[in-house]
Parts: sequence; structure tokens; C-alpha cells
Amino acid sequence: MTNYIKLIVLGLITLFALIAANYARDLAYMVHALIIAAVAGGLFLWVLRHTDEPQAAAVDLSGQYMDGVIRAGVIATAFWGVVGFLVGTVIAFQLAFPGLNFEWAQGYANFGRLRPLHTSAVIFAFGGNALIASSLYVVQRTSAARLWGGNLAWFVFWGYQLFIVLAATGYLLGATQSKEYAEPEWYVDWWLTVVWLAYLAVFLGTIVKRREPHIYVANWFFLSFIITVAMLHVFNNLSIPVSIWGSKSVQVFSGVQDAMVQWWYGHNAVGFFLTAGFLGMMYYFVPKQAERPVYSYKLSIIHFWALIFIYIWAGPHHLHYTALPDWASTLGMVFSVVLWMPSWGGMINGLMTLSGAWDKLRTDPVIRMMVISVGFYGMSTFEGPMMSIRAVNSLSHYTDWTIGHVHSGALGWNGMITFGALYFLVPRLWNRERLYSLSLVSWHFWLATIGIVLYAASMWVTGIMEGLMWREVDANGFLVNAFADTVAAKFPMYVVRALGGVLFLLGAVIMCYNLWMTVKRSPAVAATNAAVPAE
Amino acid sequence: MAKKPINRQEPETTGHEWDGIEEYNNPLPRWWVWVFYATIVWGLWYVIAYPAWPLINQATAGYKGWSTRANVAAEIEAARAANAEINARLVAADLADIPADPELNTYAVSAGAAVFRTWCAQCHGAGAGGLQAGGYPNLLDNDWLWGGTLEDIHLTVTHGIRNETDPDARWSQMPAFGDMLDSAEIDQVVNYVMSLSGAPQDAAAAEAGAQVYLDNCAVCHGENGEGDITQGAPNLADAIWLYGGDYDTIRETVTNSRFGIMPPMGGADLSEAEIRAVAVYVHQLGGGE
Repeated sequence: MTNYIKLIVLGLITLFALIAANYARDLAYMVHALIIAAVAGGLFLWVLRHTDEPQAAAVDLSGQYMDGVIRAGVIATAFWGVVGFLVGTVIAFQLAFPGLNFEWAQGYANFGRLRPLHTSAVIFAFGGNALIASSLYVVQRTSAARLWGGNLAWFVFWGYQLFIVLAATGYLLGATQSKEYAEPEWYVDWWLTVVWLAYLAVFLGTIVKRREPHIYVANWFFLSFIITVAMLHVFNNLSIPVSIWGSKSVQVFSGVQDAMVQWWYGHNAVGFFLTAGFLGMMYYFVPKQAERPVYSYKLSIIHFWALIFIYIWAGPHHLHYTALPDWASTLGMVFSVVLWMPSWGGMINGLMTLSGAWDKLRTDPVIRMMVISVGFYGMSTFEGPMMSIRAVNSLSHYTDWTIGHVHSGALGWNGMITFGALYFLVPRLWNRERLYSLSLVSWHFWLATIGIVLYAASMWVTGIMEGLMWREVDANGFLVNAFADTVAAKFPMYVVRALGGVLFLLGAVIMCYNLWMTVKRSPAVAATNAAVPAE
Repeated sequence: MAKKPINRQEPETTGHEWDGIEEYNNPLPRWWVWVFYATIVWGLWYVIAYPAWPLINQATAGYKGWSTRANVAAEIEAARAANAEINARLVAADLADIPADPELNTYAVSAGAAVFRTWCAQCHGAGAGGLQAGGYPNLLDNDWLWGGTLEDIHLTVTHGIRNETDPDARWSQMPAFGDMLDSAEIDQVVNYVMSLSGAPQDAAAAEAGAQVYLDNCAVCHGENGEGDITQGAPNLADAIWLYGGDYDTIRETVTNSRFGIMPPMGGADLSEAEIRAVAVYVHQLGGGE
């Protein structure tokens, strides 16, 4: 019976998408309508072929963890990671050598189109898949319960991949709201809202039916991340479509209000997506890999509440010295500085969990990856509050220093902890005794670390240099440098940055090979996915 | 979970366990607590000292009376006041006398360089070398379209060239000869123009082009291609090309003509002192007459 309802719904979606493709006012919308028609039509045929088949006897799976969707998430994380790093490396070379903005690719593959593709691929496709997969893994293990909602988790996974494909093709074809990290247009936003609420339902439902008396700290962070991102996403994407047959929409807010909402969203994308969510990963994978208890429960509870209470107010520091009123800018700066210690609480808990197991740094490159990740987390959560101070910001704003800061956080913290989690997860999810090669993990570790150092150091140099060049005046108060002079002066640093990107990308490719060989070659062990509460 | 025996005293755990993970009940690190308190105390002071709390009509101003807008206005005013006297001298001076006054000349060149980097470098390049692909003239040489004296440059900067915004803009227009000459004649005259400063592509055609040139081009560009700065007609005999001196580019110019525009810098954009300064700067770059 449910199959007939599914067929009706899928058929209607396919039909509507084809009508939309016919009436499309722009190319991006038409391509998206065709993608949706193909997906819905394909699902229609798939459901049709499985309708009225004899049902296999239902097996009770409630005593087993649902790992298939997590395996898919791990593959997607690795895949989108390489895609995102590759695009990032390409645009780094485009900045150093503008000739790489090829004439034949204008309007599709020039820097302006590829840049949001890179940021979204890394943050939302790589980071988002890492968060969804690891949170669904962690919440099952720490709740001793199978995922709630049956195949809803598969809907979350595939729905999220569809969101990524729609967002990415939209960027290349020019459908954008021009809001940083919130570029996808209205119908893609609506779809992500549906998928995200399903994700919240799966996660929360699993916590509700847990068989442990308490909710583990990692799950507090994951839950705060899922709820806050839902709220941020909805408010920052309030817009009215110009036509239901076109991709263009108009924002509800305008002027400085729009800017303020955008950076309230943008900064909390960093705060809740890239910090709170990844702290959830850290709180599970670091103690598991180190086989040590978490350093301090008290610290985790205090820094959790301090972090989520303070982070949400820090956004205005993105708008110092703009049309934003001084009072809002002051509050954003003060909350950013006060945020320093709550952020470091996570670093302390991560590093101190290793006390008593420091010898593992010598023998276990996966732990080394996690430790350097927490180290970069500590560095960038000190650098961030410092850059939010107005006097510092007057030098650093609009320079490459900001880009370097973001990347020491994204490559160092988010990237490395995700790599560590993938190395942890793959042998367990595919029931392998161990990783294929620890020495390849070491290679990945050093390539990625050197890559990040080249990236961050070159951006510090070039960022501070251009900041100083912009403000340099002669004895009569006249500007000394033309803007083009500062661009020319940055060239060597741009080359160094691009080389750093190549090293980081190379490390990720080695990781993919290692994980692939782990699944193919490592000796198998018995499955251990029975849901058993800890004592 | 397999606990590793370690030598020192284990702290208390909270007694819970999730998938083998336990939590110690270690106290908050003291330094962490005190730095956290210190940032909060600093924050409380800061929001009293600086504009911070939104009220019904406006926000609290903070006891320091600090404001980004007031600060930048004061800085601009200070810079204006510091240069007011010498700017007044610059405006009052006879343009041609400025290079002879060392103090005024030094000031004008440094001020003009700043104006140039902000307003002119976009087209003429940060080094004033121009850009042939866009038809932006090189300002470093002594080949002037509309004259290279200080007065000429000053007029060009103030009113611009072929723009619709300033009625006093310098104005002239080359006809598109594609409508008037046939293809063979254009080929001939292009070869002739090339022969004025170097080698033509086709010597026979160049010879035939001399008459075409005299009939159609010489009235503006001069009998020997020497150009005419009173109407912005480029010199064709000096091997310096605004759009390029190869056969295809010249043929394009003859067939469809060109219409380079420069916006006026007078009026709202630049003050008279700034225009004079940038004129002096451009004049001393190498080609000033």
C-alpha cells in the first residue's frame, strides 16, 4: 500500500519537475528541474519494480546498529573531501596565475564561480557528510540503540547528497544568493530544510530511545549543532522567489540588516557547524583512539554551555568599520574575546585526555592526527578572538590573513579530526582487523601538516603585508601604494599557498588509497555491531 | 574496556560509561577559570567604556565618547588642515611656474602620485604605462594625443575625453571608413600608414595607398602623418600605437574607427588642488612638454 502512495508522490514530483524545466526562466533552474525529474523518475521506476514482490520475512534489526548509512557517509566524506581540496587548489593557482581563468570557461569555471564551489564542497559536502556520518555512528554507540526512524537515515544521506549536487551545479551556472556560505537559491534552501529536520528527527529519536541513563557529552555538541544550524539556515535564507519558474529570489532583509543576519549566520556556521559539531566528533574519537577516559566532566559541561551561549553573539565582528552601528560591533567584539576560554575548554579536554597515554604519539599516527587537530583548534580559537579586536581588525580585515585564519581552522582542525575519524571508522565499519598501512597514515599526516603550515604562514605574511601597504601614507598623508601594487607584491606568497594546497590534496588522495586497500586487503574480523549498553 | 595500569593515582571518574568511554571528574583548571573571569571583567568594563547597549532611540555612547564615524571625520579634517596652506598655494600658482618651485613641486608630485594610484591607475596602469589592448594611452612617453603641456594635461584631466557628462570634454571622432572605402582601398591605406613608421605588409599596396591617405586621412592626421593635438588626431609616423600597429589592428581602426573615452575628474570627484597635483605628476613622468 505504501508503495502506491510513494508511486503517486514520485510521479507527481517527476511531472512537476518536467513542467518546471519547460517553463524555466534560467539555465540553472532548468538543469535543476531536470536533475530532480531524473532522481524522482528513477526512484519511481525503482519502487515500481519492487512493488507486489513477495516480502522477505521481516528480521528484527533493533539489536544491531545501523551501519550501512554510515559506510555510505564515510565514502561520501572522502569523495567530497578530495573534490573540495582539488577545487581549492585550482582556485589558489588561479589567484597566482590569472591566466588559468580560461577564456573558454568564462562564466562557468572562472574564480568567481569556483570559489563558492570550493567553500561549500569543503564545509558542507566534506564537513557536513563527516558530521552526519560520525554523529549517527556516535549516537548509536553511546546510546546503545539503533537509529530511530528506519530508512529515514537513508533519506537524510541521499537528500543531503542531492542538496550538494543542486548547490554545486547552481554555483557553476550562476544561481546564487550572493551570501557567503549561504549561496544556494530558495528551492535548494527549502530542500535542505526538509533534509535537516529529518536529520534532527533521526538523531533526537535515537537519543530518546537510548539505553544509557545519561546523554554522552559528544551528543550534546551534536544536538546543539543540528538545532542551531536549522535555526540559522532558516533565518538567513528568508527570501521571496521572483518566480516559481526561476532560481532568482529577493532577500527579506535589506542593507545593513541583511549584512548583520548574514554574518550572524556566517559566524555561527563556523561556531556550530565547524566548532560545536566537530567537538562532538572530538569527544568520541579522541578518548576511543587513546583508550583513556575524558579528562574532566566538569570542564566539558561548563565549556559546552559557555560556548553555545557566547558564540551566537559573536557575528558582528565580521562587520567592524562598516555601516553596522558601533554598539553592535562592540558587542560582537566583546563576546568574541570572552569566547576564548570556552573554546579552549575543548582543547584542554582533548589534549589532557591523552595524559598517561602520550607514548601513543610515537606509535599511533592516527592519534597524532587527532592531537595536531586539537592543536590547530586551539591556535585558531586564539587567533579568532584576537582578530575580532577592532584595532587588530582594522589591519587584518579584507586581507589574506582572514583566509589563512579560516584555513588553519578548516584544514588543521576540521580536516585533521575528520581524517582521524575516518581512519578510526573504516576498519570498524567494514569489519577489518586494522588499517592497511600505518606508514601511509604517517605520510598523510606529514604532507597535510606541512601543507597547512605553508598555507597559514604564507597567508600571515601576505595578509599583514597587504594590510600595511594599504594603510601606508607619506609625510603629507597621501597613500603610497596603488591597489595593483599590493596584488603584485603578493605573488610569491600565492604560489607558496597553492603548493601547500597541493600537499594537503596529495595527503587526502593517499588516505583514500589507504582506506580503499583497508577494505580490500586487511584481514576480516567478526562483526561487532550489536547494540549493547556499557556497564 | 581494557584499562591500562598506570603508576600514579587515578582521579575519580563520574561512574558512567558510554561505549567504553569514561569521564574523570577532574576540577576545572585554575588558570582556565581565572582567564575566563578576567575576560568577563574586561568585557564588562569595555561595554561601559564604549558604545554598546541598544536603548529605545539610540545606544549607550560609552564614557569614553568613542565613535568610528567621529574618529574618521577627525582624521580627515586633520589631514585637510595640515595640507590646507600648501593646497591654497598650489591652486593660486600659475600652472607653468609650479615645476620651478621646489617645495610646491615636491608636494604636487607626491599628492599627484596618490591621486593617480586611486583614480587613474585602473586604466593607465599603476606605473602609468597604459594598456594597448584597451586603448589606454601610455603616459610615460612624449607622444601626446591632446598635448603635453601642464595646461593641456590639466584640461584633459578636468573635463575628460569624449564623455557625455562634461560639456567641455575634449571631443573629436574618426569616421568609420568601412562605410566609405572599399576593401582594396582600405588595404592600401593600411599598408601606407604602416609604411610611415616602418615596413608595410605589401609595398605595392602602400604606394597606391598614398593617394587614399591624402584624400581621406591627411586632413586630420596631416600630410606626413604627424597628427594634430588640437583635435586629438594621433601621430601615425612615430611607431607609437594607441591600439596597436600590426596590419589587423590598423585595419580594424580604419574600418570601424575608435572611440576612447576618459571620464572628467573635475566637479564632484577631485578638488582643483588634486587635479593640479595629478597634472604635475603626469607631466614629470617623462614626456611633459
